[in-house]
Amino acid sequence: MMAVIIRYLLLFVITLSVLICFSLALAHMFPGDPLTNLSGVTTENAKVIEHLANKWAIDTNPIHYFMNYCSLLLQGDWGISTISGNQLAADMARVIPATIELSIYSAFIAICIGVPLGCIAGIKAYTKIDYSINAASIIQYSTPVFWSGLAFILIFCFQLKLFPLSGRISVLFNIPHQTGFVLIDIFLAENIDRKAAFMNCLHHMVLPSLAVGLVSAAALARLVRRSVIDVLNKPYISAARSRGLPFKTIFFNHVLRNSLLPVLPLAAIQITTLITNAMIIEVLFSWPGVGNFLLQAIYQQDYSALRIGMLVVSTLVISLTIFADLLNRIIDPKKGSVSDVSI
Amino acid sequence: MNTHLLNTCIIGVLVLLISACSQSNLDSIASDSIVYCSESDPNTFNPQLDTYATTADASSYQIYNRLIEFDPIDGKIIPSLASSWLVSKDGLTYTFQLRRGVNFHTTSYFTPTRSFNADDVVFSINRWRNESHPYHHVSGGRYPYFQSLKLSKFIKEVKRINGYRVQITLNQRDSSFLANLATDFSIILSAEYAQNLLINNQPEQIDSYPIGTGPFKYQDYTKGQVIYFKKHDDYWKDEKTVNNLIYDITPKSTLRLAKLVTGECDIIAFPSQSELDVIVDRDDLVLDQSPSLNIGYWAFNTQKAPFNDPNVRRALAYAIDKNSLLETVYLGKATPANTLIPPTSWAHSEDVNDTSYNPILARKLLDEAGIEPGFTMTIWATPLIRDYNPNAKQMAELIQQYLADVLINVNIVNRDWTPFIEKLNLGEHDSVLLGWSADNGDPDNFYRPLLSCDAIPSGTNVARWCNDDYDQLVYQALQTDDIAQRQLIYEEVNHLIAKQIPIVPIAHSLSYQAYNKQLIGLTNNPYGAIRFSGVSKSQ
Repeated sequence: MMAVIIRYLLLFVITLSVLICFSLALAHMFPGDPLTNLSGVTTENAKVIEHLANKWAIDTNPIHYFMNYCSLLLQGDWGISTISGNQLAADMARVIPATIELSIYSAFIAICIGVPLGCIAGIKAYTKIDYSINAASIIQYSTPVFWSGLAFILIFCFQLKLFPLSGRISVLFNIPHQTGFVLIDIFLAENIDRKAAFMNCLHHMVLPSLAVGLVSAAALARLVRRSVIDVLNKPYISAARSRGLPFKTIFFNHVLRNSLLPVLPLAAIQITTLITNAMIIEVLFSWPGVGNFLLQAIYQQDYSALRIGMLVVSTLVISLTIFADLLNRIIDPKKGSVSDVSI
Repeated sequence: MNTHLLNTCIIGVLVLLISACSQSNLDSIASDSIVYCSESDPNTFNPQLDTYATTADASSYQIYNRLIEFDPIDGKIIPSLASSWLVSKDGLTYTFQLRRGVNFHTTSYFTPTRSFNADDVVFSINRWRNESHPYHHVSGGRYPYFQSLKLSKFIKEVKRINGYRVQITLNQRDSSFLANLATDFSIILSAEYAQNLLINNQPEQIDSYPIGTGPFKYQDYTKGQVIYFKKHDDYWKDEKTVNNLIYDITPKSTLRLAKLVTGECDIIAFPSQSELDVIVDRDDLVLDQSPSLNIGYWAFNTQKAPFNDPNVRRALAYAIDKNSLLETVYLGKATPANTLIPPTSWAHSEDVNDTSYNPILARKLLDEAGIEPGFTMTIWATPLIRDYNPNAKQMAELIQQYLADVLINVNIVNRDWTPFIEKLNLGEHDSVLLGWSADNGDPDNFYRPLLSCDAIPSGTNVARWCNDDYDQLVYQALQTDDIAQRQLIYEEVNHLIAKQIPIVPIAHSLSYQAYNKQLIGLTNNPYGAIRFSGVSKSQ
C-alpha cells in the first residue's frame, strides 16, 4: 500500500508540474504583456515593472523562471486579479468551498436517486419498470446540464415559484464568511434564526443540486442496474433462493454489497463530470463558486485570474481522482499491482 | 424493493416540506425588510469622497442627512438638519438654524454621548474645505465634487455662532451655493465619532464604518455581495420605515430582473432598456419612468497628443453616427444630445451646431491634422450600467467599427470601476465613454464639474480640458441670480463647447426605477441618489 501511495504522490507532483508549466505558458500565450498576465498588475510605472519582473524572475533562464514561479505558487502569492485588484489566493479560498459544497450536495443526490433506481431496474430487469427507468436515465443523461438547469429555473422558479433563483441563502440572513461552507457557517453565525437560515439554505440548494445530481444519478443508475443484473445471475444467489430465503434478505445481504463494489471505481470517474457540471450550474444559479468566478474572468479578459483558476480547478480534479482511486484500493485490495497506478 | 420506493417518496415529501417550511419562516423576516438589488459596490460609505452614484445610493440618504434637501417632487430646497436659514442681502452670508434633538447612530462600534449640534456641521464642512484639517487627508484627501466646484475657495469662513446656529461666509456670490449644500455629497458627519477615532488612531474608519443621523445605520458589508443596514430607531423624522434594508449586489441586469420577478428583490437598480416591457407586462411590478437630467458622452483626453487638437476631435466626432448609437444602445429610448445640458434645463441651447455622420469629411480632417491611416487609440468603456449609458462596452464596439471605416484602430479597455477610475484620474486614457447625472437642478452642476480646469485634479473632468474662456464664462454665470442673464452666458458656453469638442455629447436618457407593488412611499429622486426613508411594505 505504501508503494502505491508513494507512486501516486510522484505522479501527482509530475502532473502538477506539467500543469504549472502549462499555466506559465498560458501567461505568454494570452494577449498582452506576460508580466501583467502573471502578476495581474497593469502599470506604466517603470519602477513597479522592474520590481515585478524581479519578483517573477521573468527575464532569467527558463528553469529558474519555472522554479521561482513554483515557489511563489507554494507561498500562496498568486498575483492579483487584473479586474478587481483582489489577491487571487483569497478569491480562490472564497469560491472553491462553494463549488465543493455544491458538488457534495449533488453527489449526495446522485447516490440517493441513482442507486435505488438502478437496483429497482436491475431487479425488475427487462420489464416495463426497467425500460421506463432506462429511458428516463438515457434522456436525463443526454440532456445538457445547462439546459435542464434552465428548464428547472423556468418551471420551478418562474412558473411555480416553489424555489428561489439564486445564491446559496437568502440575503435576509447575514451569515459571516468563516469556513466558506454555508451550512457550517450558519451554525457558527450568531444573532440569526439558525433554523430558518438552515431551512432557507436547504431550500436554495435543492434546484442546483438536483440539476447537477440528476445527470450523475442517471449514469449511476445505469451502472448499478448492470451490476445488479450480473450479481443476480450468480450461482450463489440461485443457491440462496433455493434455500428459500426471502428476497429481501437475499437482496440486502448478498446482492447489494456485491453489486455496488464494481460500481465504485466507475462512479469515481463521475466525480470529474460532476464538478464540471457543478461549475456550469453555478453560473445559472449565481452560486458564488469557481465556475462563476472563471466565467466572469473570461468575460472581463482577466488573464491572471483565468490562469490561477485553471490551475486550481485542475489540481482539485487530479486530487479527487487520486483520492477516489485510493479509496477503491482500500475497499478492494485485490485490485491491480503497483504498476497499475496511473492518473 | 418496496423500501426503495418508500425512500424515494420520503425524499420527495422532504423536499416539499422544506419548501413549505422555509417559506413561512422567511415571510416574517421578509415583510420587515427591503431588498434592493444594486448594480455594483460602493467605493466608500462617505459620499463626500466620491461622485460615483453607487456610493451615493448606498450612503447618502440612508446613513446621512444634509443641512437642507431637495424636495424630490418639485425640486425646491426644504429644511433637513437645518430647520431654517437666512441669506444676507449681498448673498455672501448664510446663517443656518439647526434642528435640536437629532440623534446619531448607536452601533457596535460607536455610542454617541451627545446629539447633533453646530460642531458636527463645522467639522463636516471643514473636512473637505480646510487642507490643514486633521481629517482632510484621511481616505485619500480627494473630495471630487467640492474640488471640481472650487467650493473651498468660495467659502471664507464656517463659524459656530452657538450650539445650534452656524454661519457660512463666502468670498464672492455663488448662485448655486444652497443647491450644492443640498446635494448627495454635502452630508453631515459626527464630530464626536471623528474625535474618538482620532484618539484610537483609526481615523480612516470614519468612511468605512460610517456614523450619521440618517434613517438607517450601517451594519455589515461583504464586497461584491451584500450590504446590511438596520433601522435607526431614534431617527428624528417621524416616518414609517422597515427594520432591515439590504443591498443585494447583482451586477448582471438580467439577473436583477429575474430576482425582481421571483420576489427575491423588492426593487432593482437600472433595469435594462431591452427588458422594460417585461416589467410593464407584469401586474405585480411597477415601472417608474421619469425624465432625468443627465448626459452620456465620449470624452477625449485633451492633454494627450493628438487629441489636444480640436480638429482631430472634430474629425472623430464626424466619424460616428450618433443616431445609430442611440438606436442600438438606448433602443431609441433617449434623445440625441447636441450639447452638455439636456433640453429640459433652461440653460439648453437648441441652435448649437451638432456634428453629423460624415466619414469622408472625417478622414479628410484627419489627413489635414496629420493622422496617418492605421493610427491606434484606446476607448475606455465605463463598466457602470447607467441610465446615461446602459451599455458602454457595446457602444465602444460600435465606435470601433465606425473608426475602422476612417482607418483608425481602436483598442477597447474594460476594467472594474475602482481600477478604471484610478487609471482614468492618472490620464492614461485616449478617450472614454462616460456620463453625468445631475445632483441638483442648477445647470452649473453640469458645466463646472465636467469641463472646468479645477475639475481635472478632482477627476470629474475626464476630458482633462482646461480653457480659460470657458472657466471665465461659467464663473461669471454664478455672479448673478438673474436667470435671463445666466441663460445668455450659458448660450455662449454651449457654442464654445461645440467649437472645441472636448467631449462628443451622445444622449440624454430617461431614468427608470422598477419595484414590487408592495413597496409604498417610494419616490423617484431626479436629483441624485435613491432614498429608502419613509418606504414601507404592504402585506
